[in-house]
This record gives sequence, C-alpha cells and structure tokens, in this order.
Amino acid sequence: MRALTWHGKHDVRVDTVDDPEILNPRDAIIKITATAICGSDLHLYDGYIPTMKAGDILGHEFMGEVVETGAQSTLAKGQRVVVPFTIACGSCYHCGKHQYSACDNGNPADNQDIGMELYGQPMSGLFGYSHLTGGYAGGQAEYVRVPFSDVGPIVIPDGLDDEEVLFLSDILPTGWQAAENADIEPGDTVAVWGCGPVGLFAVQSAFLMGAARVIAIDHFPHRLELAKRFGAETINFEETKTYEALVEMTGGIGPDAVIDAVGLEAHGFFVDNVVDQIKASLMLGTDRIHSIRQAIVACRKGGRVSMPAVYGGIVDKFPLGAFMEKGLTLKTGQTSVQHYMPALLNAIVEGKIDTTFLISHRMGLEDAPKGYKMFHDNQNEVTKVVLKPGFTDTAIAAE
Amino acid sequence: MATVKDDSPIITDKSQATRDADNGTGEQIKGETLIGRTVTINRPRAELYAYWRDFAQLPTFMDNVERVDVLSPTRSHWVVKGPAGTSVEWDADIIEEREGELIAWASAENADVPNSGRIAFRDAGDRGTIVTATIVYDPPAGLVGKLIAKMFQREPAIQARRDLRRFKQLMEAGEIATSSRTRKQLEEEKA
Repeated sequence: MRALTWHGKHDVRVDTVDDPEILNPRDAIIKITATAICGSDLHLYDGYIPTMKAGDILGHEFMGEVVETGAQSTLAKGQRVVVPFTIACGSCYHCGKHQYSACDNGNPADNQDIGMELYGQPMSGLFGYSHLTGGYAGGQAEYVRVPFSDVGPIVIPDGLDDEEVLFLSDILPTGWQAAENADIEPGDTVAVWGCGPVGLFAVQSAFLMGAARVIAIDHFPHRLELAKRFGAETINFEETKTYEALVEMTGGIGPDAVIDAVGLEAHGFFVDNVVDQIKASLMLGTDRIHSIRQAIVACRKGGRVSMPAVYGGIVDKFPLGAFMEKGLTLKTGQTSVQHYMPALLNAIVEGKIDTTFLISHRMGLEDAPKGYKMFHDNQNEVTKVVLKPGFTDTAIAAE
Repeated sequence: MATVKDDSPIITDKSQATRDADNGTGEQIKGETLIGRTVTINRPRAELYAYWRDFAQLPTFMDNVERVDVLSPTRSHWVVKGPAGTSVEWDADIIEEREGELIAWASAENADVPNSGRIAFRDAGDRGTIVTATIVYDPPAGLVGKLIAKMFQREPAIQARRDLRRFKQLMEAGEIATSSRTRKQLEEEKA
C-alpha cells in the first residue's frame, strides 16, 4: 500500500510499504477514505518529537471502511467507522473510569519503559505519534491496522459525509474536553488561547456549555475570523496587549475560565534526558509556554485553567505563585476520545456543531508531502488539510 | 537498638546489606540478584492464579521463555532463550503453593544458574488483584558463569517488568498489545 512516512525534519514521503494484517483477535483493518493532517503532526514534521524512526507512518485523524476483522472484533466488513487517535483496551481500571487516554494496555509492554522514565507512569498508545506512545502505524495511508476495534471505532450512519464526521477522531472531542475541563458555569466568560482546530472547537463547545462570552486569542486574522463566526470576541495579540485587553473586557475581574489551546509548537518540547540533541537545539527560555503562563496570570481568582495543549517535558518560569495565590484549578490530559464520540456524533447529526467549516484544503494521499509543507508555511489560510486516498483532483480547492 | 524501618517493600531498600539479609520471604540469601515488581490487574485473584499455575502457558507473555514442559504436578522443564539462537534449560520444582495466593518455585540442584521465583496475588478491591513477582538468581563465579548469567536472562529486571505488563495485558485485554503492522514484523519483534 501507499503511506505517508516520516524520514526526518521536513522530510515526509509517500512510500510503498507492506499492507497491514490482522495480528490480534480484537483487530480490524480499515481502508482509509479520509485522513487529516493535525497541528500536532507539524511537531513531528519539525523534528521536535523524540523516539521517531525513519519510515514511521504518520496520521492519527482518520476514518474509513472496515475490510477485515479479527475473531473478537465487533465490526463488520463494509461498515464506515471513525477511529479514535487514542488506543484503549476498554477493560483496564482507567478505561472502566472512561479515562481512555490513560489506558494501561494500549501501549506495547516494551514501549512503556520510556514513559515511566519521563513521566513516572507509562503513556497509553496513540496512532502515528512516535514510539513513546507505542510506535503504531498511523492512518495517512491506504490501510491501517486498528487494535481493540470492539471499543474504539464508532460506526457512522448512512447519510453523513466523511468530512462531517472525520474530526470525531481527535480535534472535536479534544476541543469539547477542553471546554468540559474548564467547568463552565452559565454566564461565564471563557478565554481561549489559540484558534487552531482545537481552539475553534473549544469556542463552539464553550458556548454550548453555557458560556455567555468567549474571547479568542490568536495572531492569524483568518483564524480569528473563524472564531468570530461562532460568536467569539477576538484579540489579535500582535496588535493588542492580551492581559490588559482581557482585564478591560471583563470589567477588571479576568476570565472565569481560560483554555490554552496552543501548547508546544516547535521549541516547547523539553524532554531532557531523552534526546540530548533536541535539548541542545532548544532555548530553555520557553517562549512557547507563553500562552499557559499568560492564561494563568489573566485568569480570575478562583478560576479554572484548562490545558488541551500538548506539552512534553519540563518547563521554566511557570507562574506557580499566581496559580497558588489565586486558587486556580488546572485540568488537562490527552483526550479520552472514546468517551465523547457517541454524544458528539449526535451533536453533528442534530446540527449543533459545525465541523466542515474548518477544512481549507483537500488533496490526494500522494500529495501529502505538499500538504505538510503548505500547512507548515501558511497557518493563516491553511486551517485543515484533508487527505483522501485516490483523490485525483490535485488542484487545491480553497474554501 | 535497630532503627525503625519504614513500610516500603524490601526490593526498594537502598541498603544492599538489608537486601542480602532478607529477600522478603524470610529466607536468607547472599550475593544473589533479587528482582521484584508489582502490578495491579483488573481481574479476579482466582483467575490470575489459575492462568499462572499452568506453567506451560508462561511463554505466552514471558518473552525470553521458549517453552515450559509440565513434567508432574510440581516439576517443570524450562527452556530459556540465550543470545544468538542458543538456549539454556533446567528443571524447576514448585516449593510452595497456596491456592489463589502464592506460587513459589526453585530450580533443581543441577541447574547451571540456580534460580527461584515467586508470584503472589492479593485482593485489591474494585481494582482487581495486586500481583507481585520476585525472582532470585545466583550466577556462578568466573567467566563461564558470567556468560551463562548473560544467557540466563537478558536484562532480567527489564524483562521481568515487561513480562508482568504482558501478563496484565493478556488478562485484562485478552491479548498482548503490539504495534507491528505485519506478521513478519511481529515475528521479528519476538525473536
């Protein structure tokens, strides 16, 4: 099959590799019909995530058609499914509590040592996202092997287009969980840092959860426009002093809840003692934890901090004093996608959540390297690239 | 007067002297390598015990164990992988057994590397069962001894930790997680 493979910094290629096979009873093989490039894929593209190996297949937002099932899979050939990016067994203690992203068993035993070294406890498995999270082949390919297919993938009813449901795999539940973690009360003002896909879904989710006002912060005008479309007020941090604006806009109180949907970009991933080479290339000044630092300082006393943003290591200059003195609460974590999928699928069916607005570009799998470069170079206009194997119209169809 | 010891398990003690004196089982050991590891498995105690008690099933999750032949209710024959396709073999006897709680075994007197192990199961309420594995082995002296010890278990502490994780996966998820994409890759991974 053809698959998008990682070979190093800014070097991704579409290669021919062996097709995946059923290896465990709960497996299924999915023929990919749509897959997206995630903002977090750019961290891999930029070479900032350790434990990547040349030839790794990327992609953790994908969906497709079931073409093969293991003996214990509950899926049937021909079903259309969206696959969660988190690989969870459904039967460990954490899965029992619906903390799917903390699953004990999704990550192969040999891969768990590094998570223990880094974080004290091993990480769960994720598709296409380095060997720290299992080394699983991702879905930017023609086919993918999906473990635990009886608890992960959600079957999509007829009549829904791929583009309407694809984002159930990651960014929609991630934005939703971000808003849920902000414990929004009716009438709240919520500030969201970052108007990427997760931030924009957090904006929509916050309103659905009863926020009276959402203030979105970014520096890409087009992305701020999209936030406005959902009723958010906006701050362009290149033109406005963010903290001062937030204080003024909230009558001096500060936002009741703050959401950091920026996280590590490029130089925020401090995994000292894993890849010295990476550490050396980083400035420990941690420019990019700027967003969480600013969010904590801006948040009202007794407010809530939600951090869907991905961080990987140890950071400097964390405003622990402000955090303590103001009595803030912080909630974060990888998304327990399986927990949110059914309700969010319903929300899409009922038209409560708009998903397709995000897609700016569609292209074939063969053009994936071009898609990465475009996404990397122009984040203002390129809000989401969806890859469709077999999609032949290489003309770039901007929305 | 002896200093008050804390409640932490013996395998986590910083003092080698303490470890030499007591392996947690009340037996005296000296100069031996002690490996211990605890994991909580979200399954009933009796089920975990029953699976482990059938030693022929151990290679399913013990990566370096090629085969265990059950010779009698208490005696078994172990074949363990060494480097470069070699293997080392010995007989082991079950020396203590408490239904649903504990299995302890030790190599027979002619083993190249005297070794023993015990696996204990304790109820953990709604979290399932706390499983503690302890392995003791005594590499013989000299160059030959070193070589045999190396063959005996590759990185035994890491191996034991990973084996327990695989046991947990098998018991909880019904299968052992792999990120291989093809059968060929899976075989290479296991080799």
